[in-house]
Amino acid sequence: MDVTNYIILSAILFSIGAVGVLVRRNAIVMFMSIELMLNATNLAFVAFARANGNFDGQVVAFFVMVVAAAEVVIGLAIIMAIFRTRKTASIDEANLLRA
Amino acid sequence: MRYSFALEAISPSLTNQVATGSFANLWLLIALPLFGALVLLLGGNRTNSFGPLLAALMPIASFGFAVYLWLELLALPEELRSQNLILFEWINIGSFQVPFGLQLDPLSMSFVLLITGVGSLIHIYSLGYMDHDPGKRRFFGYLNLFVAAMLLLVLADNYLLLYVGWEGVGLASYLLIGYYQHKPSAAAAAKKAFVVNRVGDVGLSLAIMLMFVAFHTVTFAGISDKAEQGSATVLFLIGLFLLVGAAGKSAQVPLQSWLLDAMEGPTPVSALIHAATMVTAGVYLIVRSNSIYDLSVAAQNAVIVVGVVTLLAGAFIGMAKDDIKKALAASTMSQIGYMVLAAGLGPIGYVYAIMHLLTHGFFKAGMFLGAGSVMHAMNDEVDMRKFGALRAVMLITFGTFFVGYLAILGVPPFAGFYSKDLIIEAAFDRSIIAGIATLLGAGITAFYMSRLILMTFFSNKRWEDDAHPHESPATMTIPMILLAVGSVASGYLLTFNDSLKHWLAPVTGYKTPEPPIAIPVLIAMTLTTVAIGVAIAIRMYLRQADRVAPTNVSIFTKAARKDLYGDAINEAVFMRGGQKVVNGTTTVDNSVVEGSVRFIGRITLGLSKIIRATQTGYTRNYALAMLLGASLMLLLAAIVRL
Repeated sequence: MDVTNYIILSAILFSIGAVGVLVRRNAIVMFMSIELMLNATNLAFVAFARANGNFDGQVVAFFVMVVAAAEVVIGLAIIMAIFRTRKTASIDEANLLRA
Repeated sequence: MRYSFALEAISPSLTNQVATGSFANLWLLIALPLFGALVLLLGGNRTNSFGPLLAALMPIASFGFAVYLWLELLALPEELRSQNLILFEWINIGSFQVPFGLQLDPLSMSFVLLITGVGSLIHIYSLGYMDHDPGKRRFFGYLNLFVAAMLLLVLADNYLLLYVGWEGVGLASYLLIGYYQHKPSAAAAAKKAFVVNRVGDVGLSLAIMLMFVAFHTVTFAGISDKAEQGSATVLFLIGLFLLVGAAGKSAQVPLQSWLLDAMEGPTPVSALIHAATMVTAGVYLIVRSNSIYDLSVAAQNAVIVVGVVTLLAGAFIGMAKDDIKKALAASTMSQIGYMVLAAGLGPIGYVYAIMHLLTHGFFKAGMFLGAGSVMHAMNDEVDMRKFGALRAVMLITFGTFFVGYLAILGVPPFAGFYSKDLIIEAAFDRSIIAGIATLLGAGITAFYMSRLILMTFFSNKRWEDDAHPHESPATMTIPMILLAVGSVASGYLLTFNDSLKHWLAPVTGYKTPEPPIAIPVLIAMTLTTVAIGVAIAIRMYLRQADRVAPTNVSIFTKAARKDLYGDAINEAVFMRGGQKVVNGTTTVDNSVVEGSVRFIGRITLGLSKIIRATQTGYTRNYALAMLLGASLMLLLAAIVRL
């Protein structure tokens, strides 16, 4: 098994996710892109764990999933709140923090 | 024989004895008036009915006890006459130990008798004088507080406890000068007295600190034991700082300006505090510190200069004042100048300073009470130009005042003749200039006192239309009569058989003065000077005085009317100078201190204006920044690795 292929796939997925976060305005889609980035790193962790023959990477992958789940709960709640007040999920409308 | 001409020199010899028997109850002297003050001031309006009477009884009780202690003290052999009562340990911090101790020796005994004796008379007088005043309970409370503080001042056995009494009399003086609270001038005078006295107090506290640094003790006994170990500079500085303290309390140049304004207080206060007792505390301080001054001729000279300048300045101001109380206050300043001068002469003068202090306590208090009696009769008028020809309607007041007048002039056999002449002789022993100054002062005193008595009791009637002068009630005249008796007899009693000299010399030391001019000649010179002063005054004021003060007067009269520009000098030098210093520091504070703080603020503000442009509010911009940052860090990590 060649770990390189996995890493390349992981890098491609991560880049797609990053570009998605940067260019999309819909909060839900941005969220999906973030999930994509998280899963790209998970893939890299698992691939390295497999290549090195220990479970460290796999354990970290589980941690990432748990954190991601928690983050989704909070993030979706925020998006819901924004949607309820502004009737839109566009992230550019929520720019009250600008200086 | 007026006093012995025999040359002798006595050095201070008393050592403190532990107080036993009735001396162990020494604290009662202070506790009685303090109790009165507490009852009256804390009891409030409930004590209105009996308060003044209770307050008048307290100093009388103290006086009775003081006389008893005096007789006990006289019965003791001379070397045992310094009774020391330690009530408790007051301050005990490492090597800094101060007992709460009282010391009764001939010097403090003399003061205790003067304070409680004259104090009692003035309390009685006040019962009549303040009868119609609605706030008299407060007045009597303050008066008792004063007596207690003054007794603590003279009975303390160390400088720190003396300082407590010193501040206590300052407080009482402040409260009593400002007693007529509704008058802005009284409030201002009280504040002025307070502020000027604080300047003097700084001097006294510096002296105490210096004593502790140099000698590790602040008790009188400890200082007189160790004074000889001090270097000349230390002794001179202590002497100088003590002089500053004395000048503040005793209204000596350059801290004299408050005393004339202090006449805003009720007249009994002027008599007790600003003539007989408190203002003489400076003289007490100098005489009590004899062990310091005996070792520093330079400090003595400073005291003499202050005394000479004040006695002439006070006399000069006294010549031009039309306000009867201010004229008497100027005279007080001048007479205390005599005492300070005498105290600066060392062992030659200590006894004479105290003698003049005691006789002055009688005749000046008597004259102030007389002035109060006149004011009482003339609807509180103080302008002598509105008096005149009062002797017929106020015979007792005139009689007692005239006795005081003869006493201050130094006409034999009245009190001032004994005490003032001795100071003049002692001054000539030290320096011709000081001697001539005292002689001149005696002449000027004769002039302004004659002017005062002529304008008030003789010459033409210049009364206001609604004035109906009448003699004062017995509560007022009896104290005046008793003080007049003192003015006649005290000089003779104090010099008879050299009584005061033998009484005080073991505390202060004594040395017979040897003036370069024969003493009978000197007496003749003094009496001639006095006669000239009186003659000039009679020529100017006996028949007629103007109802309005003349305005086309010489620049000397103008200067004297303005207290020799004392206030103007204070304002120009200290007030304006102080304002300049304050303005300067304000400018520095505004430009440098606050400027640098503002500069930092402005930099932060400018930077934040630039930086806040990056806060767009668009999430993707933040995300991009995070991405770039993370990439940059990875890149850096990679470079460092390689």
